[in-house]
Amino acid sequence: MIAPTVRDGTITPDRIDSAAELPIGYTDDQDGGHYRLVPTGTDEYFASSSPIDSWKRFLSPPEALLVRGRSSSTDLEVEPVVPDPVAFAFVGIRACDLAAIGLLDRVFLAPDAVDPTYATRRREVFVVAVGCVHPGATCFCASMGTGPIPRDGYDLALTELYDGDRHEFLVDVGSDRGAAVMADVSGRPAVAADDEAAAARAERAVAAMGRQLDPLDPPRAAANPEHVGWGDVAGRCLSCGNCTMVCPTCFCSATQDRTALLGDGVERWRVWDSCFTADFSSLHGNPVRATTESRYRQWLLHKLVTWHDQFGSSGCVGCGRCITSCPVGIDLTAEIRVLAES
Amino acid sequence: MSGPQHAAPRPSLAVWKFASCDGCQLTLLDCEDELMAVTDRVEIAYFLEASSAVVEGPYDLSLVEGSITTAVDAERIKEVRRQSRTLITIGACATAGGIQALRNFGDVEELLRIVYATPEFLSTLGTSTPISDHVEVDLELRGCPIDRRQLLEVIGAVLAGRKPAIGDHSVCVECKARHNTCVLVAHGTPCLGPVTHAGCGALCPSFHRGCYGCFGPSEGADIAAMTSVLRAQGMSEDEILRLFHTFNAWSEGFREPPVGPVPVALSPSRLSPSRLSPREDRP
Ligand code: SF4
Ligand code: SF4
Ligand code: SF4
Ligand code: SF4
Ligand code: SF4
Repeated sequence: MIAPTVRDGTITPDRIDSAAELPIGYTDDQDGGHYRLVPTGTDEYFASSSPIDSWKRFLSPPEALLVRGRSSSTDLEVEPVVPDPVAFAFVGIRACDLAAIGLLDRVFLAPDAVDPTYATRRREVFVVAVGCVHPGATCFCASMGTGPIPRDGYDLALTELYDGDRHEFLVDVGSDRGAAVMADVSGRPAVAADDEAAAARAERAVAAMGRQLDPLDPPRAAANPEHVGWGDVAGRCLSCGNCTMVCPTCFCSATQDRTALLGDGVERWRVWDSCFTADFSSLHGNPVRATTESRYRQWLLHKLVTWHDQFGSSGCVGCGRCITSCPVGIDLTAEIRVLAES
Repeated sequence: MSGPQHAAPRPSLAVWKFASCDGCQLTLLDCEDELMAVTDRVEIAYFLEASSAVVEGPYDLSLVEGSITTAVDAERIKEVRRQSRTLITIGACATAGGIQALRNFGDVEELLRIVYATPEFLSTLGTSTPISDHVEVDLELRGCPIDRRQLLEVIGAVLAGRKPAIGDHSVCVECKARHNTCVLVAHGTPCLGPVTHAGCGALCPSFHRGCYGCFGPSEGADIAAMTSVLRAQGMSEDEILRLFHTFNAWSEGFREPPVGPVPVALSPSRLSPSRLSPREDRP
């Protein structure tokens, strides 16, 4: 069971064994380059916004063994690797992150190139989604059309209805598996007033979104590859790669061959990579994108523009993680606005 | 795939020491289980810290620890290079001049007078410089000390005749892969991870400490942007200089860290009160 949980001063998705490990009584204060846990003084379970890290590591882990083999002076024998089956329940996942998994599905489950690691881990996921009632200052899922209320892709979707003397969950059943689980849960049938209460909270959440992104800006920015703004942001960017690491849809990886010191075993691993590293674009030992400016342009325009050509939608779900986790607080919603100006 | 490991005779390994604390050689000794296991594949031909037996060169692989601080060593490293097919430097001293390169910023004669009772018995250069300033180096392993995994990776790669997987990106990439909490963003602890070369597996942040840059600058490191962040965290110019001037003080980048302006996004007026408060504010 993976759920947002309090760890080392943040809320991050990780393994939990009981509901007591949910971030009860905590929310987060997020801004550019800034994250702090804040006690709510209530016993709400889901008062926080998107957790500091994304859920992608559970579906596409930072390191995955692809192929195992044996080498001799004349031959290389390769055995296929069958990933161990895993059955996850993702509890408390938000609309933006659910949308992000939908995007990763297009990347890793494309009919002509199914990734066995991802497919194995993804197959059984039981999703208990939660609608956000307290979006963070870096959130902009409403702009990206992904949230704050989960629309599909869940087995159960919860809205936490909390106001002092009332603490209930409105449950939306999204699948037969979800219905089977609900059969064992005590409760009362929802009435129109419950739906209205949930809708009012969603409306308030949309109004409280901390950031916005105009969908017309990315193509305008793409048409401005020489805009001075690219140099300006590059002057602030550390090229550290944090933004891509925390982004729930960044899927890039490198392959590494590992040989045992002893014996003739050979393994090929896939490891997370980032378009901010030099190796990422290295051809014949030299990076095609040698400057931070070209790397930042690659990241932003891939996320917001060329993703459309590749996968038919934006690669950004508006979770705001890249803003929070950027040590310098670089904010793509602000950058794209500047870069879109003619 | 064929590699040199199938060819006889065994490749020979030599380990050389220049000005250093021996910490990187200790990392090598710490790999004894793995190294004992490969002795039928590698001949340890010269490694005084482990054995006084010396096999004449040339050597297939030389690991060089330490920096060049004397005229004698400046000559000796040339001989080591001549005797070595592949030369890999190990650690911050060999790769960047080490902590002893702090002398490069001062006057060595004066330091000698302050520290030693009879400085006339000493013969030393005014600088501590990396091996690559003197001879061609095939690969540099960073760190003070080097990372055990990286060392074994390099030896394994040389034996297998393949490219070692030694990335030159930032510590942050490893830190995020480990699912660490970012101490910089979430605790307000100064951390040089964004501009520091990966390789340690983000050791310090894994223990809730900021990285102090012992692997030296990463590829593409923007030091000015980093100092801006540190300033936003309330560090003075002097404190920032001290942070960079440790094991890799003489590396380009860390040598003269440009102090940039506090970024608008991190300016104190935009901060929620908790940003600059100490770590105690977290549960
Ligand atoms: S680009 Fe940023 S805001 Fe958009 S999905 Fe990725 S991390 Fe979230
Ligand atoms: S933004 Fe960069 S790391 Fe992320 S998916 Fe695109 S190319 Fe890959
Ligand atoms: S935008 Fe921020 S997080 Fe991304 S590489 Fe640049 S400095 Fe790092
Ligand atoms: S703790 Fe340091 S190394 Fe880790 S992600 Fe944050 S800045 Fe980078
Ligand atoms: S985190 Fe930084 S200081 Fe710590 S071992 Fe790694 S490179 Fe060295």
